[in-house]
Amino acid sequence: MDVEILSRLQFAFTISFHYIYPPLSIGLGLIMVIMEGQYLRTKEPMYEQMARFWTKIFALTFGIGVATGIVMEFEFGTNWATYSRYVGDVFGSALAAEGIFAFALESGFLGILLFGWNRVSPRVHFISTIGVFFGSLFSAVWIVVANSWQQTPAGFHVVGEGMQARAEITDFWAMVFNPSSVDRLLHVWIGAFLAGAFLVLSVHAYYILKDRHVELSKRAFKIALGVATVFSLAQLATGHSSAEGVAVNQPAKLAALEGHFDSLTVADAYVFGWVDKENQEVTGLKLPGGLSYLLHYDFETPVRGLNSFPEDERPTALNAIFQFYHLMVAIGMVLIALTLFASFLWWRGRLFDKRWLLWVFAFAVLLPNIANQVGWFAAEMGRQPWVVYGLLRTSDALSAAVTANQVLFSLILFAIIYSLLFVLFLYLLNKKIKAGPGTEGMIGERHRQEGMAEAFGG
Amino acid sequence: MPTILGIDYPTLWFLVVGGLFSGYAILDGFDLGAGALHLFFRKEESRRIALNAIGPVWDGNEVWLVIGGGALFAGFPVLYATLFSGMYIPFMLFLAFLIFRAVSIEFRSKEKMKWWRQMWDVSYSISSVMLAVLLGVVLGNVLLGMDIGPSQEYEGNWVEFLNPYALLVGLTTLALFSTHGALYLLMKTEGRLYAKLTILARRAMIFFIVTFALVTLYTLIYIPHLTDRFKAIQWLFIVPVLAFLSIANIPRLISKRRYGQAFFFSGLTMALLLIVVAIELYPVLILSTVDKTYSITIYNAASSSKSLGIMLLFAAIGAPLVLSYTAFVFWTFRGKVKLDETSY
Ligand code: HDD
Ligand code: HEM
Ligand code: HEM
Repeated sequence: MDVEILSRLQFAFTISFHYIYPPLSIGLGLIMVIMEGQYLRTKEPMYEQMARFWTKIFALTFGIGVATGIVMEFEFGTNWATYSRYVGDVFGSALAAEGIFAFALESGFLGILLFGWNRVSPRVHFISTIGVFFGSLFSAVWIVVANSWQQTPAGFHVVGEGMQARAEITDFWAMVFNPSSVDRLLHVWIGAFLAGAFLVLSVHAYYILKDRHVELSKRAFKIALGVATVFSLAQLATGHSSAEGVAVNQPAKLAALEGHFDSLTVADAYVFGWVDKENQEVTGLKLPGGLSYLLHYDFETPVRGLNSFPEDERPTALNAIFQFYHLMVAIGMVLIALTLFASFLWWRGRLFDKRWLLWVFAFAVLLPNIANQVGWFAAEMGRQPWVVYGLLRTSDALSAAVTANQVLFSLILFAIIYSLLFVLFLYLLNKKIKAGPGTEGMIGERHRQEGMAEAFGG
Repeated sequence: MPTILGIDYPTLWFLVVGGLFSGYAILDGFDLGAGALHLFFRKEESRRIALNAIGPVWDGNEVWLVIGGGALFAGFPVLYATLFSGMYIPFMLFLAFLIFRAVSIEFRSKEKMKWWRQMWDVSYSISSVMLAVLLGVVLGNVLLGMDIGPSQEYEGNWVEFLNPYALLVGLTTLALFSTHGALYLLMKTEGRLYAKLTILARRAMIFFIVTFALVTLYTLIYIPHLTDRFKAIQWLFIVPVLAFLSIANIPRLISKRRYGQAFFFSGLTMALLLIVVAIELYPVLILSTVDKTYSITIYNAASSSKSLGIMLLFAAIGAPLVLSYTAFVFWTFRGKVKLDETSY
């Protein structure tokens, strides 16, 4: 295998692994803010208890997010040196802003969030929780802006030629608000809220089924269900808006998402299907003219297809892109159906009557997490063969100094370490869920500070 | 080229990055050092206390590395790209040990079995040692210069990073971190562990003085160009003198059992030594051993003035923010560590 394939594999593997954790941290952050807000409003200890419980789980996802995030930051330099030189001027300022404004904010308040329950007043603690939540939202801002700039570059000019070419910033705000930033940021945020809300739904559904912490779980479940319902619907809107943006800014990607080859014909939208690249056909269940309608509000308007792009400017993994994209959209629809149904039962006062529904929620946590992963896969693979769309090819972006054997070594290393990390995550998560929301240390029973090791580890 | 107070942007950013890495060395230095000493503590209880002494802070200390890395990428993308890809193996090992260390801290307390704890203690300590050494090895290579070709790419062999000088700098780093870590733990502990640490701190200090003397000799004999700047601008000589005084002050304070002050001076030593390094290098970042004109300097590695200007503004806005909530956090936990440290 060559350096390019190996480096891409390694990047995809490490970022996908990283991306398991940040969405959970961001989503749990929102839920913790709501729970603590409820506590401040009602002064009911039960809300404090649930906020504390989820803080512990948050500590876990956050910790692994940090460990795997540092790898990502280094990897641009180690494996994608040419890319780093090319984009550093533009993209570096976004990463620096992330460090200064987001990570420092997060890690600053994290200490109070985890260990400050007995040190500060509930109000100050609440402010710290908000600080951590905002910090995680900000870190998503900068990194998504950076990635969106790769998808739809703006606010820069290119200096130098050939391998010496570099993008230099000309307009900071045009770079930040490049054509896809806002759509994608909203979509990513909401994806994260869904991941967090569904984790909360899953754990509390499980408690209710097992007849543990029932009263608390019912309340927590309702909080998370509210969040999940609102954002499942919102996700459809931001996703649609993203797709419209892709049609304008990255037409080759859009054509790949729906497997649309011929520019002269109207474009269909598929519910599911299979792309035959050789024969340029898609078989499956389709809405004839559906894509044309979604983009132009007209079933008859043709959409630019893959054939209108030079061979070497089209994404290659067409079927995979198609499948990833459709899996995400299908999951989006399932989440809407599920949360609307549950909200309907809630309204009728029968939310917790159906055991099968609780079982569905216990496992549904996988859905938004899968959607988050495959969404990125579709977006990133659809951008190929470009690293910076239309400007720099992936094959030119590598580190000249690095050999295939070196990358193979590090890839194996990460495979081993991340397996260990994943086992650790599941083990600790399971342990914390088994332990459940306790009452120790709560107001009135507080006497001494919990050690960091315990709060982090159980 | 735009300037602030007569100093050009790349130089200012060089100072920012230097400040961040000094902060990182001072902060993560003590928890890495504590980890490196870990296996010298024999009793289970001592090991737990030692771990808990760094428990609430090691994670936050690492943020300095994250910000420093980001600042390097943003301000000197060429340096970031060339150094990280040229030193691929050491950086990958660094990442691996970083994660291993975190995992060991987490896993250790989860089971009671002796072999289990022993296993994670060993991996925790080895990771800490290796991280300190690897940081030093990278620094050593930067000081020595690398095989940088005409297109600013590293052209050397992947094992070249393992040269005697770099290894020596690696050991020196380990020794300084261990001293720093022992002093930190001395402030946090009492009883048996404290008694043990008084001995360890002395030994670590001796280890440091020996390795440091060797590095200094080696530098003066084999890499004399590093002293050029001090020859040219003689008043700068004050900086290494201060560094030596600061080092000499540590054993003095140790023997007077003023560990808090000694800790301050081991931190100051790191900062001063890094300033010496900065003076030696400036404005070159990595000297090319192939041809001097290929060297990576703060000027040919820097982002555009526009970009640097924006980031300097960020730093100016960000620094007071970061400082104010860091101060707030420390204020919240004020005194606390003293009261609670024994109860962990
Ligand atoms: C949608 C949000 C998002 C995305 C797309 C990414 N990250 Fe991330 N990252 C976060 C959201 C986040 C976070 C929520 O802010 C984390 C999780 C835990 C934490 O400390 O912050 C984080 C942690 C984190 C850290 C450790 C921060 C610390 O020490 O506090 C680094 C260095 C990175 N990330 C770097 C990256 C890079 C280089 C990415 C892209 C290639 C990336 N992240 C994708
Ligand atoms: C966090 C969620 C993300 C996931 C799951 C993800 C997924 C992927 C995948 C699967 C690839 C491989 C594509 C291929 O080789 O066909 C890739 C490549 C890449 N992505 Fe992302 N990505 C994410 C975020 C980002 C962000 C935020 C950035 C930039 C800031 C980024 C920059 C890159 C780069 C530089 C490559 C390597 C070159 C390439 O293959 O295009 N990614 N990513
Ligand atoms: C409901 C219907 C949905 C539609 C129509 C939709 C549409 C899209 C589109 C067009 C993209 C590509 C954007 C680009 O390349 O610039 C995308 C990416 C993505 N989607 Fe969705 N999506 C939907 C649901 C979901 C759900 C439910 C989740 C997660 C819970 C999700 C998570 C993601 C993620 C993480 C990305 C990658 C980041 C990005 O490019 O914005 N999507 N989505």
